[in-house]
Amino acid sequence: MVCSVNVYNMASLKETDALTAKQQIDLKNKKLVRKLIWVVIGSSLFAFALVPLYGVLCTLTGLNGKTNNTAAVLSTAKVDNSRWVNVQFTTNVMPGLGWNFYPKQASIKLHPGKIETVIFIAKNTTNEVVIGRAVPSITPGIAAANLKKIECFCFVNQSLKPGEEKEMPLRFFVSPELPKDISDMTLSYAFFPAVK
Amino acid sequence: MSTTTVAHHEEHADHPSGIMRWLTTTNHKDIGTMYLTFSLIMFFIGGSMILAIRAELFQPGLQLLNPEFFNQLIGVHALIMIFAALMPAATGFANWMIPLQIGAPDMALPRLNNWGFWLLPPSAILLTLPFTLALFGIGDGALATGWTFYPPLSVQGGIGVDFAIFAVHLLGISSVLGSINIIVTLFNMRAPGMTLMKMPMFAWGWLITAFLLVATIPVLAGAVTMLLTDRHFGTHFFDAAGGGDPIMFQHLFWFFGHPEVYILLLPVWGFIPQILETFSRKPMYGYKAQVYSLWAIGALAVVVWAHHFFTAGMPVPALLYFMYSTMAISLPLAVLFFCWIKTMWKGSMSFETPMLFAVGWIILFGIGGLTGLVLADVAADAQYHNSYFVVAHFHYTLFAGGIMGIMAGTYYWLPKMTGHMYSEKLGKLHFWLTAISFNLTFIPQFFLGLAGMPRRIPDYALQFAEFNMISSIAAFVLGFSQLLFVYNIVSCARGGKKATDQVWEGAKGLEWTLPSPPPYHSFTEQPIIK
Repeated sequence: MVCSVNVYNMASLKETDALTAKQQIDLKNKKLVRKLIWVVIGSSLFAFALVPLYGVLCTLTGLNGKTNNTAAVLSTAKVDNSRWVNVQFTTNVMPGLGWNFYPKQASIKLHPGKIETVIFIAKNTTNEVVIGRAVPSITPGIAAANLKKIECFCFVNQSLKPGEEKEMPLRFFVSPELPKDISDMTLSYAFFPAVK
Repeated sequence: MSTTTVAHHEEHADHPSGIMRWLTTTNHKDIGTMYLTFSLIMFFIGGSMILAIRAELFQPGLQLLNPEFFNQLIGVHALIMIFAALMPAATGFANWMIPLQIGAPDMALPRLNNWGFWLLPPSAILLTLPFTLALFGIGDGALATGWTFYPPLSVQGGIGVDFAIFAVHLLGISSVLGSINIIVTLFNMRAPGMTLMKMPMFAWGWLITAFLLVATIPVLAGAVTMLLTDRHFGTHFFDAAGGGDPIMFQHLFWFFGHPEVYILLLPVWGFIPQILETFSRKPMYGYKAQVYSLWAIGALAVVVWAHHFFTAGMPVPALLYFMYSTMAISLPLAVLFFCWIKTMWKGSMSFETPMLFAVGWIILFGIGGLTGLVLADVAADAQYHNSYFVVAHFHYTLFAGGIMGIMAGTYYWLPKMTGHMYSEKLGKLHFWLTAISFNLTFIPQFFLGLAGMPRRIPDYALQFAEFNMISSIAAFVLGFSQLLFVYNIVSCARGGKKATDQVWEGAKGLEWTLPSPPPYHSFTEQPIIK
């Protein structure tokens, strides 16, 4: 910054020999203001650019436990019988949904590579049709990429009629590439009212 | 400067009188005075809010405030103190002193300067209006999310959130305009011969502050705009059901929020060394080291934001990065502390009120810095996060480090600005009352935090009763002793012993070569610096 200022100090002096000192200063000020306004515009754009950047970063690193919300290919890897992984389930119903929602089992012990099915139960306690959407999140975040869902009720919106109770299956496996030091992970589902 | 020049200048000080003078002024001294006055008024409004909170916290249980109102006071207190008291005070000094210190006739963009100030009162009204509206049954009061606006609460909140969002927009525009003005002034308006590395330290502090503001305020404006569209226009930036992420708001907010801490402090780090050199009667130690440290802190400030929400969940490598980079800030800060102390070392010191505040400031701000180092530790933060430990920590940095610094500056420059000496006796009394009651207010809060009392909750467990009682009593002493400050300023503005041009025996710098008070138009002929 220091250098650039000196450079155009000299440049503007040459161009504007004929102007008074006051006009020269005004001209210099205008130039610098214009540059600074670009900085302001730049950082405003940066704020909005952070939104997609954040999404990319989270998918790449598993930051925040974000997982891919699409079906993974079936496991072709060999089942790693040498270790156990304990996967725990936790559920939340967000305000405005009016459902009961819970897993049939609190946790499951499995070998990496083995496909398992877990049933979640959802019940609409209201007297109208309600559409919900489950959003998954995995802790620790670093393990998020290793939990592969083959079939999940969270891939699409779920609709429940008044008083209807429904079993929602999740078929998944834990990739054998799961870092060796991770033996426990938590899969959390938050059921939101679906976005129209 | 002889008296004839003063008279000469006075003739040219033709400006409209009454309210129009202040509405239309483009004079840096007038605008500086308006900023400082506005800041002082808002300091008392924000202060009375927190006294209401401390009154509620005097005893466990709910006595005076309902919890919703309590939450509103907490958030608005913070926003007012940060955006309407501390930042305008620093900007006020910048307007008054930067042209005088660098030998410029005025700020570079005087009309922008006027606009920058007059955006502030409307935004203060926007912030506080929902309280009044609620009395008439409109809406449910002000922003109740705390000053950080975290979603999903802020998406669900009432009209207070919308008012606060627009207030933040206005405040943001105001500070960006002020910053552009200061950068342009410092680059283009310096007296001939004053190179950047000869600028007074206050100018340096403000230059870096201004760059931080220009770079980060738009990010805050963007984040609250996203919040606004999430609330009213069906976007899902922060709504997980629509593919958004509430944690992203925390990243956006603190990308602004952490530099904001340095925005509040850097101007103070600028003029405190000037006060120290004045009353130690020897030149500032390590000018270059201080300038480079200010730059280092300014640069580090924008890459450490996530330490404000370690507990929100992050991969371990990210935790470690944010922990170490945060702790790295203490290195340039330690250089600054060393320079400040070395400036006083073996000086022939005297302890007038500004010096008392400056020395007290070093100690108290030091406590703020060290407790920050504790919070930066990921393992420890898991316990301290959102506890009263955090509240005490940031009041040591922002009340002691910010506001007591501003008070040092006020006493230092008040004789220059008004032409009269303030009452040294009252000034010293004000210092001791402030310093002692401040410590009595916040030291108990460190212990409360360690014991597990969470912040932003109107009720607490019985075991916290004694410390809260001490803290509340001290807070009231602290609040009411600020009336001395106002009395001293007002009576100094009205009259008193004439101040000399130099005011302080050891004062150096261009502003002390002008008469006290300086003429309405100063430095129309720029001085030459050798």
